[in-house]
Formats: sequence, C-alpha cells, structure tokens
Amino acid sequence: MLALDKVSKCFFKRLDAVEKLARKLGANVSEHAVHAVDGVSFEVGQGEVVGLVGESGCGKSTVGRLACGLLEPSEGTVRYKGADIRGIPVRAVQMIFQDPFASLNPRMRIEDIVGEAPLVHGLVSKKEIESYSCELLQQVGLDPSYRRRYPHQFSGGQRARIGIARALAVKPEFLVCDEAVAALDVSIQAQVLNLFMDLRERLGLTYLFISHDLGVVRHLARRVVVMYLGRVVEIAPAAELYAAPNHPYTQALLAEVPRLDKKRRVFAPIKGEIPSPLAPPSGCHFHPRCPHAMERCVHEVPALREVAPGRVSACHLNG
Amino acid sequence: MLEIENLVTEFATRDGVVRAVNGVSLQIGKGEILGVVGESGSGKSVLGYSILGLVDPPGRIASGSVRLDGRQLAGMPDEDMRHIRGKRIAMVFQDPMMTLNPVLSIETQMVETVLAHEGISRKLAIERSIEALNLVGIASPERRLKQYPHEFSGGMRQRVAIAIALLHRPEVVIADEPTTALDVTVQGQILYEMQRLVRESGAALIWITHDLSVVAGLADRVAVMYAGRIVEQGTTQEVLYAPRHPYTRGLLDSVPANNEGSARLRQIPGMTPSLARLPEGCAFRERCSHADAKCFSMPEMTNRVRCHHPLC
Repeated sequence: MLALDKVSKCFFKRLDAVEKLARKLGANVSEHAVHAVDGVSFEVGQGEVVGLVGESGCGKSTVGRLACGLLEPSEGTVRYKGADIRGIPVRAVQMIFQDPFASLNPRMRIEDIVGEAPLVHGLVSKKEIESYSCELLQQVGLDPSYRRRYPHQFSGGQRARIGIARALAVKPEFLVCDEAVAALDVSIQAQVLNLFMDLRERLGLTYLFISHDLGVVRHLARRVVVMYLGRVVEIAPAAELYAAPNHPYTQALLAEVPRLDKKRRVFAPIKGEIPSPLAPPSGCHFHPRCPHAMERCVHEVPALREVAPGRVSACHLNG
Repeated sequence: MLEIENLVTEFATRDGVVRAVNGVSLQIGKGEILGVVGESGSGKSVLGYSILGLVDPPGRIASGSVRLDGRQLAGMPDEDMRHIRGKRIAMVFQDPMMTLNPVLSIETQMVETVLAHEGISRKLAIERSIEALNLVGIASPERRLKQYPHEFSGGMRQRVAIAIALLHRPEVVIADEPTTALDVTVQGQILYEMQRLVRESGAALIWITHDLSVVAGLADRVAVMYAGRIVEQGTTQEVLYAPRHPYTRGLLDSVPANNEGSARLRQIPGMTPSLARLPEGCAFRERCSHADAKCFSMPEMTNRVRCHHPLC
C-alpha cells in the first residue's frame, strides 16, 4: 500500500550572515548536511500494522513525515498505492502527533478542530458538520456534549483522542502515529492503544506506528522496522523479533524495556548515547556502542541481508 | 530514618479546598529504595514536594508530620529547612531543565550548590563537582564543567541534575519521574547509575513514577497512590505478583510489555477523578468492578491494602 524505496532525507544547516561573509572573504566554510534518513526502504501492506522503532534522533519521525508527504525526500521515492507522492500530502494518509498539548490549537473549539478539515475537503456540507463531528467524537470515546470546549479543558488522554478524531475526520485509509501514546500515563496509554486496535478493526485502517518503546510496538505491530542513526538495521515479523532479535542494537533495545517479570536485577545498559547525525561514525553506525564490533565494522557499511524468510538485518556478524 | 505520618497537603482553589495528599504514612530506612506509583493527579509529586517543604501558597501542609531521624520537618522555619534541603534531602525532577539554569555554566551551578552548604574554597568546590560528574558517568568532566545546559543531550542533562543532587551525599534522595522523558536505553543507564549510587552511599531513595514496570527491577518496596491516598503498600514482590487492590491489578494489566501478542489490553475504565469532586467513600469505587454498597464508606488500611474487597 505504502512503499518507501531507498528514501534519503538531507537537512542543511544554512550559513548565517557571518559565515556567508567569511566565505566571501575566502574562508573554507560550507553548509552542514545532516543525513536524517539514509536509504530507507520498506513497505506497508493493506491492513498491516508496522512498527518503526529507534532512539530519539534516529530519524524515525522524519520517515513518518516523508511517509505522509509532509516532507519531500532528497533521494528515492515514496509511493502510495503506486503513485509517487513527492512531498504532496495525500488525504488518505493522515498523521497523529506525539504531543497532545502542542498539536491542538488552544484557541479553537473541539468541534472546529475536528470539523475544519472535512469541510475544506468538501466531505461534508456546513449543515452536516455538527452531527459529523459529534459522530467522530463518539467514535473515539469522547462525550459529544464537550464539543464546544477548548483543548485546555481536557486531560492528556482526552486530547490524544481529539487528535485521533481530527485525523479520522477526513476518512483516511492509512495512519502514521508518531509517538502517539508516549506522553500518556500507563493506564491511559492502555485505553488509547485499545482504541487504535478497535478503530483498525472497525474502519480497516493501516498503521505505521512510530515509537521508542518496544513494549508498546509489540502490542500492535505485526512487523517491526528498527532504525539507528538514519538507517534501517533490522526488519522482522514482531513475534520473531521479540523472540530472537538478530541485530546487536535490537538486542540492546529489547534488554532495556522495563518488564514486570524482571525481578530485582542489576541494570547493565548499553554504553553511550546515539551519536550526533552531524558526524556519524564510519562503517556500521552502531560500532562504537556494539559489544561485538570488529575491525570490519569500522570501515564497511553492512548491507541489509536476509537472515530468515521475511527477515532482514544489517550486521557483519551474519557473514 | 524518614518517617511520614498522616501527612495532609491542601490547596485552596476556586472549587474549594483540595487535598492532594490525604493522610499518607510512609517509612523509609537507610539504603532502601521505595517506589511510589500513581497516575497523573494522584498526588505523588506533591508528596515529594511536601517532604522537602516546597509547597507554596495556595498550598499548605495542613496536618501530619515528616520526621528525619526524629526531627520534625513539617512546619520548620524556612531558614532551618534550607540547611536540610539539598544537603540531607535532595530531589531530582522530571525535567532537568527545571533544575538547571540555561544561562549559567554547569560549573557555576555546581560550585554554587557546594558553597551553599559548605564553607570551602572555590578550588575544592570545583574538585568536588568533577568528582560528582565522574560518579554519574560523564566523560571528560573538566571540559563538560565549562559548558552550558544546551550543549548536553537530554540524558546527559539528567545525569548533571543527579550529580548536583548527590553533591552533598544526601541521606534521602527523592526522584520524581526522572526517566519519563528519556529513551529506554538512556532510562536503563540512569536506573543503573541511581541504583549503584544508592547502594554505594547507603542513601534512601524514593522513586516516584507512573510506570510499575520501572520500579519492578529497582525498588525494595512499593506504595501505590490513588487520589491522594496510599491504597496499597508492600514489598515489590507482594505488590507486583500478588496485588491486593483492584487498582494495582488494573495498573499491572495496563503495561503493554506485560501482555503477550496483540490482544486487547485490560484497561481500567474511566479516568482519575478530579480531586475537587471525589466520589464519597472509596475514591476508586466508580471505576471498580468489585464495588458495592460497602464501598460508600472509606476503607481503612488493613493488611497492606485500603479496600473492602481485597484480592487474593
């Protein structure tokens, strides 16, 4: 349904006035390029839920924005049902944002937040808009009598629901959820995750579910894509990935998920933090933090290769 | 060492007086790690602030006591409290930018903290700061000391905040969701550092969080808070594997990693009630599947649980 083919996205740090002047005077100053996304390819089939996992700064949100056409790829193509979307947002692909506080306009009433887009797209007439937004609010489990209220009058979980209602208002087929439950309490998170599952069944939606939390992704996704510093390091069916992660980074991520069945233990974390994408390490991006790193990892970028049917991983350990 | 008894913290609001902490009793001993778990609005953060005497008007500690080694802290004059806060009891906040001043270098902020409680030379204070940064696993602390908060990543900032909290080797550390805003890998590192530091220094640690799975591997004992009250308290083992309060059961069922496959999560219906409009009797009554006529009266804390129909 949605296919990303060798998609890259580069951001440039523009030169400021002083640097421009310095360059005119002959100094060796050039624009910094950040490869936020570097040759990412994967597909999402009709009705499938794909999880996209990685630490902050790995480019997962950029992939989300590329997937729904909010950003134009520097290289490669993003196809939705075979058509290249080239940075043009498609109505059928909608995004749900992370922060339920920042993504709602504080000066708009809920019914306007939810009703604005379908009106603009001509999906409903002005007369029908009230009953339409009531229906949407009901669908996400909010009392329609709240529709004249403003966002600040709602709790975090309710706001997340409003964001979902807004995305559903234009009758999408594909939802990109960017850390949609990260800001919520565990108990509220469970309610919203259940809502996502119900909606998928009821409306036949397809999801790209972006999260840093492998526990959350496990619950929804059939297939999981793991990213590190702009590159895909592993793609695997969820059950297999959680049972036996192949890439050392996936193993490390899984080990860090806090679980109830882990009794008192000594935390043995992976070392260091994700490096700056301004100066990524050579070869395999993960080698400075990897316990299995060898000489080859410093020089050679590992290619994604099939390690089992429907399962790829980018690691030199696989031969 | 730290004893809290029947602590009540009130806030005067337009809708009347709201009791954010409502009769909480806790004890924590040397080298012990206590997890305080609850949803947003359960009063867990206000409990932390109350211990440190950081509740500002319109809030106030209405009754109850907070004792550190037998010495009463609740109602202590500000001047005396300042000698205890930061020195004997320290706090780590959720957002490290709440602790760090963005326009001062890390050195200025750390040295200031050292000199606030100890009359030593500036040079010694810098040495102490370097030592503290080393302790929390920050590489090349001499160089890092000269930098400003914006030059640190989120995880590094939190480490600095922890280093500042640990400067005076406090006897009690209160950590208010310090890893909630961080990635799982960095969360793992911070949990590891905190656990190690507490074990090494013998300090008591109160870890406040909404996520039971975080305290599972960390805490010795767990207290579950709901609507300002502790509804269940016990060893981590007891609370996690044999929960007695329906609310604790609900929280445990909500953890996605605790459920296998893509089944529906067993969620707790509804949401935390507003403290200004609490239901009569047991505050969890309206969301509870076991509730009956008995629940219209407030249950007492018996056998580590505050419930008329305890599980197990």
